[in-house]
Amino acid sequence: MEALFSVTVGVLTACSVFLILRGRSFPVVVGITMLSYAVNLFLFSTGRLTIDGAPILGTNTEYADPLPQALVLTAIVIGFAMTAYSVILAVRTRGEIGTDEVNEQDSGESSR
Amino acid sequence: MNLFYIVFAPLIGALIPLLLRRTSRPVKTIATVAIPLSCILVAWPLAQQTLAGDIPTAIQHWLPNIDFDLAFRLDGLSLLFVSLILGIGVLIILYAHYYLSSKDSDSRFYACLLLFMASMLGIVTADNVLLMWAFWELTSISSFLLIGYWHHKSDARRGARMALATTGAGGLALLAGLLIIGHIAGSYQLDAIFAAKDAIQAHSLYVPALILVLLGAFTKSAQFPFQFWLPHAMAAPTPVSAYLHSATMVKAGIFLLARMHPALAGTEFWFITVTLIGLITMLVGAYFALLKHDLKGLLAFSTVSHLGLICMLLGIGSQAAVIAALFHVINHACFKAGLFMTAGIIDHETGTRDMRKLQGLLGFMPITATLAMVVTAAMAGIPPFNGFMSKELFLDQALNQQLFGGLSWFVPVLATVGAALSVAYSIRFIHDVFFNGEYKELPKQPHDPPKMMALPVLVLASLCIVIGLIPMLAVSGILNQAVSSVVLAPVEVKLSLWHGFNIPLLMSAVAIIGGIVIYSQRDQLFTFNRQFEGQDAKHNFERLVQTVCDSANRLFTHLDTGSLQRYMALVLIAVIVLVIPQLIDIVSLEGDRSQQPVDFVSLVGASVLMIAGFATAILHRHRFIMLMMLSVVGLIVSLAFAHFSAPDLAMTQLVVEVVSIILMVLALFFMPQKTARASTGHRVFRDILIASLFGGIVATLNYGILTSDFETISDFFIANAKTGGGGTNVVNVILVDFRGFDTLGEITVLAIAAAGIHKLLNKLKPFIPSSDIDGRPWHRIKHPLMLTNVANLVLPMAMVVAVYIFLRGHNLPGGGFIAGLIAASAMILQYIANGVDWVKDRFNVNYQSLMSFGVMIAALTGIGSWFFDRPFLTSWFTYLKWPVVGKFEFATALLFDLGVFLTVIGATMMILSNFGKMTTRHRPREEGN
Repeated sequence: MEALFSVTVGVLTACSVFLILRGRSFPVVVGITMLSYAVNLFLFSTGRLTIDGAPILGTNTEYADPLPQALVLTAIVIGFAMTAYSVILAVRTRGEIGTDEVNEQDSGESSR
Repeated sequence: MNLFYIVFAPLIGALIPLLLRRTSRPVKTIATVAIPLSCILVAWPLAQQTLAGDIPTAIQHWLPNIDFDLAFRLDGLSLLFVSLILGIGVLIILYAHYYLSSKDSDSRFYACLLLFMASMLGIVTADNVLLMWAFWELTSISSFLLIGYWHHKSDARRGARMALATTGAGGLALLAGLLIIGHIAGSYQLDAIFAAKDAIQAHSLYVPALILVLLGAFTKSAQFPFQFWLPHAMAAPTPVSAYLHSATMVKAGIFLLARMHPALAGTEFWFITVTLIGLITMLVGAYFALLKHDLKGLLAFSTVSHLGLICMLLGIGSQAAVIAALFHVINHACFKAGLFMTAGIIDHETGTRDMRKLQGLLGFMPITATLAMVVTAAMAGIPPFNGFMSKELFLDQALNQQLFGGLSWFVPVLATVGAALSVAYSIRFIHDVFFNGEYKELPKQPHDPPKMMALPVLVLASLCIVIGLIPMLAVSGILNQAVSSVVLAPVEVKLSLWHGFNIPLLMSAVAIIGGIVIYSQRDQLFTFNRQFEGQDAKHNFERLVQTVCDSANRLFTHLDTGSLQRYMALVLIAVIVLVIPQLIDIVSLEGDRSQQPVDFVSLVGASVLMIAGFATAILHRHRFIMLMMLSVVGLIVSLAFAHFSAPDLAMTQLVVEVVSIILMVLALFFMPQKTARASTGHRVFRDILIASLFGGIVATLNYGILTSDFETISDFFIANAKTGGGGTNVVNVILVDFRGFDTLGEITVLAIAAAGIHKLLNKLKPFIPSSDIDGRPWHRIKHPLMLTNVANLVLPMAMVVAVYIFLRGHNLPGGGFIAGLIAASAMILQYIANGVDWVKDRFNVNYQSLMSFGVMIAALTGIGSWFFDRPFLTSWFTYLKWPVVGKFEFATALLFDLGVFLTVIGATMMILSNFGKMTTRHRPREEGN
């Protein structure tokens, strides 16, 4: 199970990094969003994996670690704020300069 | 505490002239002058202690961990400088009152002047070298503002920049030097540093530290080869020059040498460097002073020269030399401030400072001329004025040092030459301006200034005479203490005008005669110097700065290509390169923790997650499909949380997923639907390589973590959630109680992000597509009937669910974050189904206020605990008995969670509704609408 979990996180990370390296803003934003999922899973897993151990007192005998859960909960919400900010930044940039390329025009063309 | 007042009254008082901006100038002047006067009153009793041999100190701990405290002292040296700064400061303010024209902003001038005064006072009274350095930098900044006061003039701006660059760079060197010294001494307090003298001088870093400190002092005091900035700082208004270049700014370097003298002086290196630099500066300054045609230029170089003289005395460093140095600090401040003011008066009343135009003003400005002659005679070292005595002491020291062995004789010879040059330019100042025939053409009809404008000069000129005639009465008290705080031993100063017939007197006489000779032959000197003209220090400096800027730009264009792709790739490659060696070093990645078997559900989930992840990456050119794939990823992540015992996370992730996908679909409306060009195969290959390596690293790390055992601090939370926080949902109790402060920070961040987005959307002109991706026009029915009906049905139910989830959050999965997001998504559905305007007509809530209200409730709940003498955000709970419902728990944490709830709704709705507005407001109008 542990191996499966880490491979999944690794695959998600790799796919997000690939998207972040694209030359257009929209895939970059999607990449950042997916990376935040991967990071959340990673952080969550620092409490190790527990099945049937929700940290609600009185429901179980063994509880999952609640601290990473609390951290990740806020991280999800903040991640949403970041996604929203970057996607709207992308829209605004397109509105201002008329393109969604993430490279400066002159150098962007040459490096392509 | 009084010591704090002396420094902080002008610092805070700098605001007063700005606040009085609308009042008349006399009001401002009186208010401004009251500040240094009150400082003098406060300092008076302290000064009595200092004169009696005590050292008043005051300390307020600030950053004790790095030994950085607000520590002040008023020893003799500090007192000497404090008196100069405050006393001359008062005169300067009075003088500026008349000097500034009605067009100049006097508020700004006074404010900068007070700021500068405060920073100077800080330097000289600081008992901690780091604190002293902080004020040191503050003088650089405030002098920059003062020199560039007439910022519409280009030479003022350049002069100010040059002063800032030079003294600022020196300041950084000084910081490095002080840090080394403090490191060796183990403390930044002055007494500790003085006590560690032997350790410092024996240390291998002594010479570098000394060089760094000297760089600081020499740049500030315009010592050779950094003398170039000072003449260009003359672009400042004359009161500024009079203040900065007589008593304060340039004396800061001298002060530093005297201050660090007990710790750094006494070595061969100190003797030779400081003495030689001082000697060279004295000669260079005096020579150029003679050549300048500008009155203030002459005075500027003469200042350079006199600073060199003081510097040289401090280099010699014997007790008598220190006496001479500090005595000359007082004398120079008196006569140089007076001279600058005189130059200002001449400029003010004739319209020029050019000595080739000024002639024969004696008859027109008799008062000015008399005062000028007194202060100039003091500068030239003519008896019975104060300058004579300090010059005699200086010549005596030059004669009696044995620093250069067999070559020691050249020091007194050159000192006499310097003194002769000093006499020559002094004669020039008087003879060219007040005698030398009749003036031919002047911009203004010359006349004496208003009496009050001449008053400060009169005060200074009288001081020159008083100190000259009765030195023991006037200055010996303060000088005793000042010198003893430099040589760290009790000192009895003996000063008298008449030393009897001796060699220094002979040298003085030679200097005076030599000066007269040099002055009479000045035309040949001008002719000789003409061949070097065109070597303007300002231009050289500008060229140097330009070259540095150009090379920095060249370097920068290579690094900063404006390509995000490149930056990201570089960052990621750097991470890979740094982490891989560390991973290779790990012997056994797999830990001892017993692993769990793979169950069928997990396997299916993981496979779907990976496939969706790959699909998101591979299909990135079809953006809508990419988003759908991303939402699959998000949903499976949510299921993963649910599977691994995190119901709160699962719920949060689920709702956030809904909201963010809606947002991104909305954004996609304004973006190109497809990525037009693909990257080259080469680049794709490189990116896949980076991505795979990075993913591999993350997977490896994650596996390593998951398989190793760990200790958690969570047992505390689990044990105390019910008893301390009053809830059984430990995650929620952590959020709103144990770590409530973190949550408060997080909702604030959310609110800030929403506010930022609000600003980003301001005046946004997005691209509006008139048709969908395949060229079909938008459907004419904007709001489908079925969706409208469903949305209307869902809204009340969703609200009930939100309230329920919110209320149960403390004990069962739920809480403010989740409930807020549920409520927000139900409302977003309304917007989608019915449009922005329809919703606005029925439910007109200002989401900004809602959001701010939320943050406020959360913060106030925290503050509420102060009223019960508890720390911020202490929670309290009790059980109430309600009829029908039964036992009911009430916790203040619930109030806090309400704040979270409102903030989340407010922020989410603010982002989405504002953004959604763009689609309707700018949409191409349709027929019949």
